[in-house]
Amino acid sequence: MELSAALLLELGVILTALSLLGALARRFALSPIPLYLLAGLALGEGGIAPVPASGTFVEAGAGIGVVLLLLTLGLEFTVAEFTVSLRRHLPSAWVDLVLNATPGAVMGWLLGLDAGGVLALAGVTYISSSGIIARLLVDLRRLGNRETPAVLSVLVLEDFAMAAYLPLLAVLAAGGTWRQALLGLLVALAAVLVAFTVSYWWGHHLGRLLLHREPDPEQLLLRVLGVTLIVAALAESVHVSAAVGAFLVGLSLTGEAADRARAVLGPLRDLFAAVFFLAVGLTVSPGALIPVLPAALLLALVTAGTKLASGWYAARREGAGRRGRLRAGTALIARGEFSIVIIGLAGVRHDRLGALVAAYVLLLAVAGPLLTRFTATRAPGPGPEAAPS
Amino acid sequence: MDVNEVLLPGVGLRYEFVNDEGERIGVVARRTGGAELIVYEGTDPDDEARTVLRLTAEEADALAEMLGAPRIAERFADLSKEVPGLRAAQVEVEAEGPYAGRRLGETRARTRTGASVVAIVRGEEVTPSPGPGRVLLAGDVLVVIGTHDGIAAVERLIRGG
Repeated sequence: MELSAALLLELGVILTALSLLGALARRFALSPIPLYLLAGLALGEGGIAPVPASGTFVEAGAGIGVVLLLLTLGLEFTVAEFTVSLRRHLPSAWVDLVLNATPGAVMGWLLGLDAGGVLALAGVTYISSSGIIARLLVDLRRLGNRETPAVLSVLVLEDFAMAAYLPLLAVLAAGGTWRQALLGLLVALAAVLVAFTVSYWWGHHLGRLLLHREPDPEQLLLRVLGVTLIVAALAESVHVSAAVGAFLVGLSLTGEAADRARAVLGPLRDLFAAVFFLAVGLTVSPGALIPVLPAALLLALVTAGTKLASGWYAARREGAGRRGRLRAGTALIARGEFSIVIIGLAGVRHDRLGALVAAYVLLLAVAGPLLTRFTATRAPGPGPEAAPS
Repeated sequence: MDVNEVLLPGVGLRYEFVNDEGERIGVVARRTGGAELIVYEGTDPDDEARTVLRLTAEEADALAEMLGAPRIAERFADLSKEVPGLRAAQVEVEAEGPYAGRRLGETRARTRTGASVVAIVRGEEVTPSPGPGRVLLAGDVLVVIGTHDGIAAVERLIRGG
């Protein structure tokens, strides 16, 4: 085996740069995602430092990144949490969907995108970043607040809607007809139903299979990853999108198996997700960013407002007062990893869309957390709030 | 005491209760094992909860043990309520008793009385499921589970009656 020194060096430099950016973001208690995107922009074509040697690795790594993001998302789910969220917040989920998908769809239509592009943009503006927001709620010490279950329930339902949305998008973005897309959607929904039933009735068997003979972390990692990639490939080959396949594997695992899988997959997910964000940044040329900036800014303003409204509505159902509703609304503004996943799946054929969404996510992944940090929080008094964590 | 349970999807569970002094207290048990202790000030729902403590999984376990050690027998008592006829009791090993300084196995308590010694409390320290080789010292408290008669028999045995 011949090692390419150029590849190793490029990758090493890239990862080091990402780690520095990540540390910088954490220092200001921000998500590193927008910085990873920026790094991709800087490195790509027309950027400051092109990286020719590591191109293939980044490309393959990005695909694995999407699969791992969706797998770990599925692992987070429990049937109990989903049903409780559904029971309490189904109306909130509808309000959230209608208010936030519409601006994206309208913008896509105004820009003259095709059906796949319109659907992609609607998804981008709809889905809040559960990764950024869950972490934010912990960092801002809001877990005890009355509005917090509402925020988390909305996130769970949004994430779950991805299972129906992604296959639809995968088919339409590949230039398929609505008929094919609906077929894909039906296949995916049936698969979700099967996965849910399996996890509910036989989840412990599945887990036992995975935990057969007390695997060490290495064994467990290989087993979960192997199964996931096979299912993802199968899903992709029937046009349901590899991401949905991975999500299904995550859904089917529960209990101890899910806990252990989450623990061993965490670091791997972080690495490949970073590569994925970088890769999306790479496909966008910085020059394309400037012309779409006004549209992105407008879209960000409008959809910050609509998220505020849907968070307000959800928190009111939970009995929170005005300040709590405001906190819930602003918390939901952040868009992040899944908006980028959507563009990763759809953006291949839409150059302008990629730039628009990159700019949009850059804006809201930074502005969202900042907004909610300074909204309706108490004046910092003595006590643990004063100490940054 | 009423404990209210609130699901925090994706994060964990929140327990809320009002203590004897009327303060509303919350405990967030994170899925990752960590915990947060929260105090709610006032009754206004707009008031933000104040996180008093944030604990790692290890710290949360340690705190639970500190709070729980003296109460372990009470908890077994709760358990025994679930099964009719089953009782829990504490039996102290006295210095003048026959088994101070001898091994738990030598009492042959289980064989002779049918009741089980499920834990030994020595000061702050609790040993759950002690083995037969465990040496009993004066002042140790045995947590015994069994029938009413079985427990009475263990008491007689340990006290040397």
